[in-house]
Amino acid sequence: MNKVSKDNFTQEKYKYGFVTEIESEKIPKGLNEDVIKLISKKKNEPEWMLEWRLSAFKRLENMSVPKWAKAEIDEIDFQDLYYYSSPKDFKEKPKSLDEVDPKLLETYEKLGIPLKEQKVLAGVAVDAVFDSVSVATTFKEKLNEIGVIFCPISEAIQKHPELVKKYIGSVIPVTDHFYATLNSAVFSDGSFVYIPKGVKCPMELSTYFRINASETGQFERTLIIADEGSYVSYLEGCTAPMRDENQLHAANVELVALDDAEIKYSTVQNWYPGDENGKGGIYNFVTKRGLCKGKNSKISWTQIETGSAITWKYPSCILRGDNSTGEFYSVAITNNYQQADTGTKMIHLGKNTKSRIISKGISAGKSSNTYRGLVSFHKKAKNAKNFTQCDSLLVGSECKANTIPLTENSSNSSSIEHEATTSKISDEQLFYCMQRGLDAEEAQSLIVNGFCKEVLQKLPMEFAVEAQKLVSISLEGSVG
Amino acid sequence: MLEIKNLNVTVEEKQILKNLNLNIGKGEVHAIMGPNGSGKSTIAHTLAGKPNYNVDSGEVNLNGEDLLSKDPYERSLNGLFLAFQYPIELPGVTNASYLKQIVNAHRKSRKETPIDAGEFLKILKEKSKLLDIPMDMHSRFVNAGFSGGEKKKNEVLQMDLLNPSLIIMDETDSGLDVDALKTTADAINKLRNDERSFIIITHYLRLLDYIEPDYVHVFQNGSVIETGDKTLASRIDQKGYS
Ligand SMILES: Nc1ncnc2c1ncn2[C@@H]1O[C@H](COP(=O)(O)OP(=O)(O)OP(=O)(O)O)[C@@H](O)[C@H]1O
Ligand SMILES: [Mg+2]
Repeated sequence: MNKVSKDNFTQEKYKYGFVTEIESEKIPKGLNEDVIKLISKKKNEPEWMLEWRLSAFKRLENMSVPKWAKAEIDEIDFQDLYYYSSPKDFKEKPKSLDEVDPKLLETYEKLGIPLKEQKVLAGVAVDAVFDSVSVATTFKEKLNEIGVIFCPISEAIQKHPELVKKYIGSVIPVTDHFYATLNSAVFSDGSFVYIPKGVKCPMELSTYFRINASETGQFERTLIIADEGSYVSYLEGCTAPMRDENQLHAANVELVALDDAEIKYSTVQNWYPGDENGKGGIYNFVTKRGLCKGKNSKISWTQIETGSAITWKYPSCILRGDNSTGEFYSVAITNNYQQADTGTKMIHLGKNTKSRIISKGISAGKSSNTYRGLVSFHKKAKNAKNFTQCDSLLVGSECKANTIPLTENSSNSSSIEHEATTSKISDEQLFYCMQRGLDAEEAQSLIVNGFCKEVLQKLPMEFAVEAQKLVSISLEGSVG
Repeated sequence: MLEIKNLNVTVEEKQILKNLNLNIGKGEVHAIMGPNGSGKSTIAHTLAGKPNYNVDSGEVNLNGEDLLSKDPYERSLNGLFLAFQYPIELPGVTNASYLKQIVNAHRKSRKETPIDAGEFLKILKEKSKLLDIPMDMHSRFVNAGFSGGEKKKNEVLQMDLLNPSLIIMDETDSGLDVDALKTTADAINKLRNDERSFIIITHYLRLLDYIEPDYVHVFQNGSVIETGDKTLASRIDQKGYS
């Protein structure tokens, strides 16, 4: 019998808080060269990859944890973490789903991500990452036929080394900042996508990240390359069990769009946020950056951030190609003691580059929610344009919302438009809706969903409804 | 159907309703008139369960059940509808999706399945036409930027969609132009039947010319000082409250 433990169900609302009872194989705690060599060996990596990791690790020794974000965080002991955990006996990724441990299939089923192809959402290919390894990838063959590569990055390192070598670290330099460098040294798994010239990827690609093991950090690495004239829409989802300890998630995501290519990257982040007293939860320190390398290219980030105890995340676009476009659509919700510091950087380097930022922050409980953004126009960014809109919605009177929009402008033909609002859900609005038959929580979620609809609509259709529910659930318990 | 007995209500430490008594029978139309600040909206809000309207003493029964212990949404689901004197704006929430959601909340409480989108659109078209509401108003945000008259019509539309058994209209006629008043009154008259009761709060006789009340009550200082038939409304219209 496969059983999934329910011991950790202290709170009803986080329905992904279960632990899969599966034996895991971890390499010893601690951060040192031996651990990195072991990870590399487990992944069967070629020599160049190990060297790349080790050089990152060398740089890390002289770096320190960033302290600038508006968050209160307990000191993390990086020597007291496991950097690699996989289901036991997971020597090699199963060739077919029939070989995947039924417990894992059941786990994903429970998370609403069935991996059996006949059951999956039509038109969505899934890569399922469990702790440090990818356990299954669906629709791989079908995508292969049109030349689309969608596989775990560990597999890409072996099978497509020329692509990985060329692009890994090309958007986020190895030494960018502490967590990015840490990730470069110890990254475990994540997805790799390559869309060949002129191909419009016919289905949504998605990765589902699950942290299961305790005291384990997840350091995934994702690399997406859209070759000339291609298009891809990619979505990631994340959940983790409820645990009293804080767990670290430090991912790096790099996107590269060549001439006339478009990448749409969506995130529904629902890591365990901690309990209502602020105990436990994921520290979500993620580096996401897209490079619009070619002319007329476009990168669009959409994120729904509802989980994690602490989120630091600034999906950014470097608009190097002339006429390229960067977009950032974000809903960040914080409740109880959650802290989110999120936003974007739009770096305009090329001529006629455009960027658009729509950020919706919702804070409830005793939480704190900060938008931090940078729009930068370089000298050569003639006629560059940015539009930024940051709206904050406060639920209750004990939460905090901050907006920190920075601009740097070295181009005198460019324009920035900025709008910001802060509003509160009023008792009058709630009473009005309740007079029409909605209970307090329905009334609140109606108003909140209205507030962030503009962003929710940017999600792939298959996920928009789910996300809308998630928005409501995240705020449960916040109305008197 | 509705019995209000010796009701005393305080808002923000100020006593507003004083020993109020009122009985409304099934299918009856009661008009409430009275000078500004006499407590007309207060009784409406109290019946709807607005927070911070503190009932110090007295009781209210609706269809034999204690009304005051119920949450505002339960009162709505039990058939009480209040058309607001000042309808509230819900920026970001499209009117159509809002209307559908409140309809579904009522269906759910009757253990019915959510309404089919096509079916809803058909009903919405029909009822909007009756009130002369253009369909494009439904793709705007609830009441946001609506004119005074449009807000009032939107209230009557919701009243029509939810099929309530006790309707309280708080100055629904204020803000409507002559033509709109007639259209709206016609729509309201269509809702009159033996089962449904109305409390119509108004300052003007002209609404009561369209919707004939069975009783007229005059409010002063938080209680009813006089009750009569429609001729009382005519007298007030001519001579005022003094
Ligand atoms: N929140 C409040 N705080 C203090 N006083 C209030 C509050 N709400 C209502 N009142 C007072 O209660 C009294 C009755 O108000 P109410 O709105 O019921 O009057 P009304 O009869 O509806 O008047 P109108 O004809 O102008 O609509 C007024 O004096 C008003 O100022
Ligand atoms: Mg009034």
